[in-house]
Amino acid sequence: MAEYAILLYAPVLDHHEDDGGAARAEHEQHSEDLQHAGTMVAAFALEPHTMSTSIRGDVITDGPFLETKEVIAGFCIIEATDLDAALAIAKTNPICHQGGGVEVRPVEDWVIPTRHAHQH
Amino acid sequence: MLAAAASTARDLDVAEECAQEAFATAFEAWSRDGIPDNPGAWLSTVAKRRAVDVIRREVTLRTKLPLLVEHNVTVTDDDRGELIDTDSKDTMKDERLRLIFLCCHPALAPEAQMALTLRLVCGMSTEDIARLFLVSETTMGARLTRAKQKISTARIPLRMPSEAEMPDRLRAVLGVIYLLFTTGHTATTGTSLMRPELVDEAMHLTHVLQELMPDEREVRGLLALLLVTDARRSTRVGVDGELIRLDEQDRSQWDALAIARASDLVEEGLRATQPGRYVLQAAIALVHAQATTYDDTNWREIVRLYDVLLVSWPSPIVALNRAVAVSMVDGPAAALALVEELEIDVRLKDYHYVPAIKADLLRRLSRDDEALKESNRALELTRNDTEREFLAAQMRERASDV
Repeated sequence: MAEYAILLYAPVLDHHEDDGGAARAEHEQHSEDLQHAGTMVAAFALEPHTMSTSIRGDVITDGPFLETKEVIAGFCIIEATDLDAALAIAKTNPICHQGGGVEVRPVEDWVIPTRHAHQH
Repeated sequence: MLAAAASTARDLDVAEECAQEAFATAFEAWSRDGIPDNPGAWLSTVAKRRAVDVIRREVTLRTKLPLLVEHNVTVTDDDRGELIDTDSKDTMKDERLRLIFLCCHPALAPEAQMALTLRLVCGMSTEDIARLFLVSETTMGARLTRAKQKISTARIPLRMPSEAEMPDRLRAVLGVIYLLFTTGHTATTGTSLMRPELVDEAMHLTHVLQELMPDEREVRGLLALLLVTDARRSTRVGVDGELIRLDEQDRSQWDALAIARASDLVEEGLRATQPGRYVLQAAIALVHAQATTYDDTNWREIVRLYDVLLVSWPSPIVALNRAVAVSMVDGPAAALALVEELEIDVRLKDYHYVPAIKADLLRRLSRDDEALKESNRALELTRNDTEREFLAAQMRERASDV
């Protein structure tokens, strides 16, 4: 068993697509499916790239690190026996048919510390 | 050459598909679709290998990724309670096949697929492979090492693709073999046109694959394609290393036996409900090979075969090649209209055959100024010296006519 990161990329659009939350619903369903299958380790959906702030050296700038036509929209970590298995899972990510794509990269090392709820 | 082509390919901003097929199509189109009037005819005769460019541009579109299967099944399958065949001959066959599928895994770069296949399946030395791809031994060694590291770190498995995965994975293998073949026939950069050792290895690999997978029609299709293409080997290049157009090749020099053999293989392949890409490409090549003279070429049949090919392979390059055939049936104006529609496709952005074809069609329509502009564009995009010289010579000839 090995861990793979699936990086979700979406195209940078000039306009905001209003599909009534259909795309999001697909992602939520997909996430549930992976959890059910026991393959999901962790998953994160990121706020739009326009909300990003980047740091290079000492300089802080507005926006993503790289100026590209496609930007990272989210990522998840899955567990799979080999690359073929990981690719099979990655391929089913809804982003693939929503105009974006995925990158599958093996995880070298990982840690998810147990967090305790803060008490106020 | 390959390293240069690969770095060139990285600049291409295109959607990607199975590069090997596109490569194959381009190759076939230019070796069989002779365009009668001067400038265009060269297109049909040159085995163009923008393989690596096309591979880069084609690879991501294609991926239909395999389903989860059991990993490295060894002797028994507990769920099924069966004993997997341990007959040594079958085991060896399986091992060879698994190795071929591993070397040709889509997660590896095309140049890595080719190098690994030559190294691990054909047993060629790193030095020899380096020489064939016109890079230093160190470079090729590094390439092989990186590929093996990727296999290990990303855990690319050594396994037979499942039934569901097989069509795409087999196509990848056939693509690698075809890429080796066409690399041997033309270099996209560099000065010479042919490297016979690569051609021979490709033929050998196809025979091995046919032995290991006797029921696969597409393997026979590839074999047919290689046979018919290689049948014309001696007539493609002249004494001074210049390209000879399809309509000028001495057909008596074509290997009739190879063509006949290819014909048998294709005939059987065409009986399938939807014939595979290699079977169809071979069929198209055979229409050319079996025409006694260039003028006897059955272009209608070629268009019909392209129509069938486009059903399972809706690639803009296939459509482009079809347009060339259409020009022979319905005239250059009809074909030009098709090409102008197609060239909008971002995947054809740097494809030098687009302006080259347009130049020929425009010339046939006596729109010479526009034709010249397109020829210049094609020249800029062409990377193979022999082809470039051919194109340049054509343009000089035309300029002196004016």
